[in-house]
Amino acid sequence: MAEQYVAAVDQGTNSTRCILFDRRGRLVSVAQREHHQLFPRPGWVEHDAGEIWNNVTRVVPGAIKQIGASPSQIVAIGIANQRETSLLWDRLTGRPIGHAVTWQDTRTDRLVTELAGTEGADRFADLCGLPLTTYFSAPRIKWMLDHTPGLRQRAERGEILFGTMESWLIWNFTGGAKGGLHATDVTNASRTMLMNIETLEWDDRLLEAFDVPRAILPEIRPSSGVFATATEVLPGVRIGAALGDQQAALFGQTCFSAGEAKCTYGTGSFLLLHTGQEIVRSKHGMLTTVAYQIGDHPASYALEGSMAVTGSLVQWFRDGLGMIHTAAEIETLARTVEDNGGAYIVPAFSGLFAPHWRSEARGVIAGLTGYITKGHLARAVLEATGFQTLEVVDAMNADSGIALTALKVDGGMTANNLLMQFLADLLDVRVVRPMVTETVSLGAAYAAGLAVGYWPDLEGLRSNWHRAGQWMPHMDPARRKTEYANWQAAVQRTFNWIRPEDQEL
Amino acid sequence: MPGTVQSIERAAAVLRLLAAAPDGLGVADLGNALGLAKTTVHGILRTLHQVGFVEQDHTGAHYHLSDAFGRLGESYLDPNELRSRAINWADSLASRSGEVVRVGRLVEGKVVVVHHVFRPDDSDQDLDVGTTLPPHATALGKAVLAYDASGASRPHKLEAFTTRTIIDPARLAEELAAVRARGWASEFEEYTVELASIAAPIRGLGGLVVGAVGLAGRVERICDSRLRHRADLVTMVRATADAIARDLREDA
Repeated sequence: MAEQYVAAVDQGTNSTRCILFDRRGRLVSVAQREHHQLFPRPGWVEHDAGEIWNNVTRVVPGAIKQIGASPSQIVAIGIANQRETSLLWDRLTGRPIGHAVTWQDTRTDRLVTELAGTEGADRFADLCGLPLTTYFSAPRIKWMLDHTPGLRQRAERGEILFGTMESWLIWNFTGGAKGGLHATDVTNASRTMLMNIETLEWDDRLLEAFDVPRAILPEIRPSSGVFATATEVLPGVRIGAALGDQQAALFGQTCFSAGEAKCTYGTGSFLLLHTGQEIVRSKHGMLTTVAYQIGDHPASYALEGSMAVTGSLVQWFRDGLGMIHTAAEIETLARTVEDNGGAYIVPAFSGLFAPHWRSEARGVIAGLTGYITKGHLARAVLEATGFQTLEVVDAMNADSGIALTALKVDGGMTANNLLMQFLADLLDVRVVRPMVTETVSLGAAYAAGLAVGYWPDLEGLRSNWHRAGQWMPHMDPARRKTEYANWQAAVQRTFNWIRPEDQEL
Repeated sequence: MPGTVQSIERAAAVLRLLAAAPDGLGVADLGNALGLAKTTVHGILRTLHQVGFVEQDHTGAHYHLSDAFGRLGESYLDPNELRSRAINWADSLASRSGEVVRVGRLVEGKVVVVHHVFRPDDSDQDLDVGTTLPPHATALGKAVLAYDASGASRPHKLEAFTTRTIIDPARLAEELAAVRARGWASEFEEYTVELASIAAPIRGLGGLVVGAVGLAGRVERICDSRLRHRADLVTMVRATADAIARDLREDA
């Protein structure tokens, strides 16, 4: 019998990829297509959902063709997706209404401030686990319904559908306007601010607060479980899973028990700590989110610390400043000097995320002297990711009461050895890279394969996990303390940069 | 006399014009100066850009010579770039073969380890990225040494590590010719007793060897019962080198 594979579709911020995995969780082929980033106004970031679906229809056959396999060798499709990016489309024609508004888009800045009112950004945290920020879907849906004439009425009549990217993909995989399934999973729903974090259902109080008609919302399903059988692209293949990309990475790193944590280093970076079936409410700026739900089992939860600007700071160093030609060259440049020379870069490009959540903050380069060269700045760029991780780990340790003993890492930046060593030094724990760095796709594949019986259970998946690399802490404790104090002083200098009068647009 | 290659003559003319224009030139400027169609000039510029000789300015309208063009003798591929391109494929090789995988490049007579993937048995292992290996006594080393045209990077003295290490320059030359003939390199107890290794060169644009990828492990796992390097492992190593090379060429 021919070998069988699971196809993971990772619909990311910059590209859409299809990766095939075999039974031992090994990557066998990859196909990828980038899509356009649309910036119609300052602070606005959009994607063309039609272009994204078109890319899916190319990368999936592309990955299969690459190894000369046939579509009948695919046992399941697993979807992982950029979270919170929101789209409305026409139920009858299947056409998107405007572009998808991405998670980086800050157009709802004022709306969010208004919604927070006198009760503050945490007014819905008890219900949905999240603070009010521009990051999550609900304010964005309200904005879209309010800014297109007649759309709200059409939405109330049931003519309009809302979805994050996995819903858009599932709907199109299952026929689109011709009977497509309109569904989401608990992890993606947990990022809308509309789902009750305890009941895992849309909550009328939240729908009312954000003025979102129930008729536009998809059905909430478990993350791992057969959604439907595809009729497009891979007809006859079951869609076995959908998860937000960070939750997928947690799953791919086989963090199946309370206390296990991973950090994915990409454009932004996301540290998730599994808290079991317990909902931990953060007192230190972490988010409470659903980790995954397998079939009819109870859901698992996680605490999440998000860093908005990590890999994108390296991109800025490359494209904005032109200091390097490729992202990888930053390590070469950083190694031309011994240390940061006293310079610290705090990349609060659109405010500070966890644990500060200061939308009025803006970035600084602190500690500049005539001594600083571009090598020092390259170090400061990489170290910014390390310091942001330390802030999040400190907050998590305080919330969970358990000190992290090792950090499982993944994502593109784990190719940077200087950064990985700095992380181990700064956090004073082992930093461990697994054999498969593509944990987002692997997690989607695992969850889908589990749903169709390709893998028997979680223990079977755990045995697939192997260590590919490891960095041990070496930094002198006194130096660690000084460095962190310097960073914290630099962070203080980013606060209150945008004054309220500047926000009037 | 064999014919000359017209597109190379034209590329040389483009380079001369760019070298004389500190502010850079546009496609139309070059087309006018050389009497060539815009599409022809564009194709030449794209190729020169891909090989790293030419850069575009901020607006994308003007081209100028790259810094790298002035330093042609230096290694053109950043080692950290090589690692980030190799990482997925090296991981996959380690998990399929069950052995330690390394990516290396030749620097001043030594093989520098650019990337290292642990043997996937979760035993204690230390990352050795940045350390060096003797090129004449490892498969990784032979795979790069075999394609080193200048000889400048050759080890000066062939140090013996075991009784099997090749220390005779003539024998090493034969061995390297064999590597070139079959496209992959092997080693058997030449660096450490009871260990063997297999490696293949990674070819960048134009066929230039930018490094090698290989695996190493205990003789009984790397070789068959007749002490020959296992054909299935050789195939995996070569496929990995090809996959990395494809990645490098596609996104150059």
